[in-house]
Amino acid sequence: MPAVEFRNIDIVFGADQKNALRLIDEGRSRDEILAATGAVLGAAGVSLAIERGEICVLMGLSGSGKSTILRAINRLNEVARGEVLVEHNGTAIDVARCDENTLRDIRMHTVSMVFQQFGLLPWRTVRDNVGFGLELRGGMSAAERNRIVDEKLAMVGLTNWSEKYTNELSGGMQQRVGLARAFATDADILLMDEPFSALDPLIRDKLQDELLDLQRRIQKTIVFVSHDLDEALKLGNKIAIMEGGRIVQAGTAEDILLRPATAYVAEFVKHMNPLNVLRGTAVMRPAASLARQGDEVVLDRDGRVKVKMDAEGRPVSLDLDGRQGVLAAADGEAGLIDDKLAHDADCIVAPVDLKLKAAIELKRHTDLPILLVDSLGRLAGLCDDDEIYRGLLRRLDG
Amino acid sequence: MYDWLTEHKIPLGLWLRDFVDLLTTHGQGFFDFVSLVLGALIGGFTDALLWVPPLLLIALFGLAAWLVHRSIGLVVFIVGALLLVTNLGYWSATMETLSLVICATLVCVVVGVPIGIAAAHRPWLYTAIRPILDLMQTIPTFVYLIPTLVLFGLGAVPGLISTVIFSIPAPIRLTHLGISSVPPALYEAGKAFGATKTQLLFKVELPYALPTIMAGITQCIMLSLSMVVIAALVGADGLGKPVVRALNSVNIAMGFEAGLAIVVLAIVLDRVCKRPERRSRKG
Repeated sequence: MPAVEFRNIDIVFGADQKNALRLIDEGRSRDEILAATGAVLGAAGVSLAIERGEICVLMGLSGSGKSTILRAINRLNEVARGEVLVEHNGTAIDVARCDENTLRDIRMHTVSMVFQQFGLLPWRTVRDNVGFGLELRGGMSAAERNRIVDEKLAMVGLTNWSEKYTNELSGGMQQRVGLARAFATDADILLMDEPFSALDPLIRDKLQDELLDLQRRIQKTIVFVSHDLDEALKLGNKIAIMEGGRIVQAGTAEDILLRPATAYVAEFVKHMNPLNVLRGTAVMRPAASLARQGDEVVLDRDGRVKVKMDAEGRPVSLDLDGRQGVLAAADGEAGLIDDKLAHDADCIVAPVDLKLKAAIELKRHTDLPILLVDSLGRLAGLCDDDEIYRGLLRRLDG
Repeated sequence: MYDWLTEHKIPLGLWLRDFVDLLTTHGQGFFDFVSLVLGALIGGFTDALLWVPPLLLIALFGLAAWLVHRSIGLVVFIVGALLLVTNLGYWSATMETLSLVICATLVCVVVGVPIGIAAAHRPWLYTAIRPILDLMQTIPTFVYLIPTLVLFGLGAVPGLISTVIFSIPAPIRLTHLGISSVPPALYEAGKAFGATKTQLLFKVELPYALPTIMAGITQCIMLSLSMVVIAALVGADGLGKPVVRALNSVNIAMGFEAGLAIVVLAIVLDRVCKRPERRSRKG
C-alpha cells in the first residue's frame, strides 16, 4: 500500500465546479476553462502513488498545480473529484471524503507540513512553536511535551535557541524551527511546500543536505514541492513534473533527464548538469548486450580484451589478447582509486550506481575501462568513453 | 410641483417616534431590566472607587503603572496629575467619570469584540454592519440621546448607552481588521496541525490580532471619555456635570477647572493603556 496515492483527482477553484469538470473531461486547457466558467483549474486527472520512505518531488513552474495537489493530501485544498488515499493507522483513508474527526486525527498524527514562508507564530518562542502540534492534540503533560520538543530541537541543531522568539532568528533557522515543528508530531508523512525557496542559495544547499541526512535516519515519506530542478534532482527518489495542473511525467531523476516525455520536460532539463544525476546504470552497456565467448565476456570490438567470469557471474580475471590482466576495485562514491593500484591495473571494477561524475573522474585518472558490478559483485555492464559521451549527450540507443 | 412636494411630507420622524413608543409600551420590562443591571454596574464601580481613600487609590494607581510600564517618569506624572485633580476638588467627579468610562469600555469590549470576530469570519456580515457603524459614528449624539432618555430614564444608564453607541464601532472595526489580517500561512499552519475552529481562534487568530484589538480598546476608552459632557446632559454623574453647570451659569473658572480635570484623566488613561513596548527583539 502506498503511503499517499492520488487517484485521478481534479481540483477546481471557483463556484461553477460542475461545468468546469465537464470541460476537464473534454480535455480543455486551464485558460479555456477560466474563460468559459470563471473557475480556475487547480489540477486535472492527477494520479500518482508515493511509496513509504520515498522522497517524491512535485516539480513545475509557479501555477503548475504542484502546491495545489500537495495541499490536497491534508485537505487544505478540497478535491472536486477523485480520491486521495493516505495510509493512516494501517489502512488507506480517502482524505477527500473522510469525516472531520478522521481528518483531524490524520492532521495531528499522520501528516505534518512545512511551509514556504515558515508559518511560525511570532508571539511564541521557538519552544512553543515546535510544541504547537502537540499542544493542539492535548492530553500531554508539559514536561512530556518539553522532552519531545528538546529532542527535535537537538535534531535540527537549535537547542540553544529554544527561548528566543522566531523573529530573532535568521530565515534558515526559522525554517529549521518549521522542520522541528513538523517532526514533533512524529507523523509518517511530511508535506514540504517549497520549504527552502525563501532562503539564500548557500543556506538552501545546506538544509537540503541536512534533510537528506535526517531522512536516512528517520525514513519518513516526504512529499516535496519545488520549482527548482536542481533541488528536485538532488532530493527526489521520484519526481513528478507538472504543467497546467496535469502531471506530464513522473519517474526517477534519470528517467526525466534521459527520456523526457514531452517537449516541455525536454526544455526543462535541457540545461541540467547530468553529472550528479546520471549513474552507471543509466549509461552503461549492459552485460547482457556484450558479446560472449563461453564463460568470457568480450569488452572491445576486436575481441581481444575478455573478462572471465565465475559461475555466479562475477568477473574473476582479465584476458588481454592472451596476457593476464589485473582488475582493480575503485571507491564508487568518490570516484577515487589508489594510485599504485591504478598503475598496475588494466581494468577498473566499480559499483553499478557509480555516478557519471565519478566515472569521468576515474577515467581521467587512469584511462582504463570501467566494469560495473552489482551489489553481489556480479557483472552488470561496461562503462567506457563511448558510454560516458553518450550519457553526457543524453542520447540512448533504445 | 414644489407645493405638492412640501405638502406631502414623508412622516419619517413620526414613524421613528411611533417605533420608540412601540418599544416603550411593549419592551418596558426589558429596558427596565437593562437599566437596572447597567445602573448597578456603574453604581458598584463608582462606590468601589470612592470607598478607597483617595490618597491610597492614587498610590495604587502609581504602583500599577509601575508594574505595567516600569517607567518612573510615567508614575510621577500619573501621581502628580491625580493629586492636582484632588486639589481642585474634583476627585469624586473624576472617579464617577472613570467608572462610566470603564463600564462603557467593558460593554463595548464584551459586545464589540465578538461582533468583530464574527464579521471577520463572514464577509457578508461586515458588509451588512458597516453602514450601521458609519451611522453610529456620524449621527449627532443628541439625536439618539432623546430616545435613550425615553427608554432608560434619567441618570447614568442613558449616558452609558449613548457612550456605547458612540464608541463601540472602534473595537468592532479594529477587531475585524486584526482578525482578517491574519496571514493565510498561519491559518494553514494551524489547520495543517489539526486545530479545531475554536483552537484556531484562540491560538492563532486572537494572539495575532491582539495588538490591533488593544488599539481598538484604547480608542474606545478615549471616545468614551469624549462623551462625558454629553452624558452629563442626561443626568450621568461625573466631570461632565460641572462643565454643563459652568456653561449654564457662564462660570469661566469652574468650566476651566472641570475641563482640565477631563483632559488630565484623558492623558492618564491614554498613557496607561498604551501597550508596553513589545518584548525586546534581541536578548
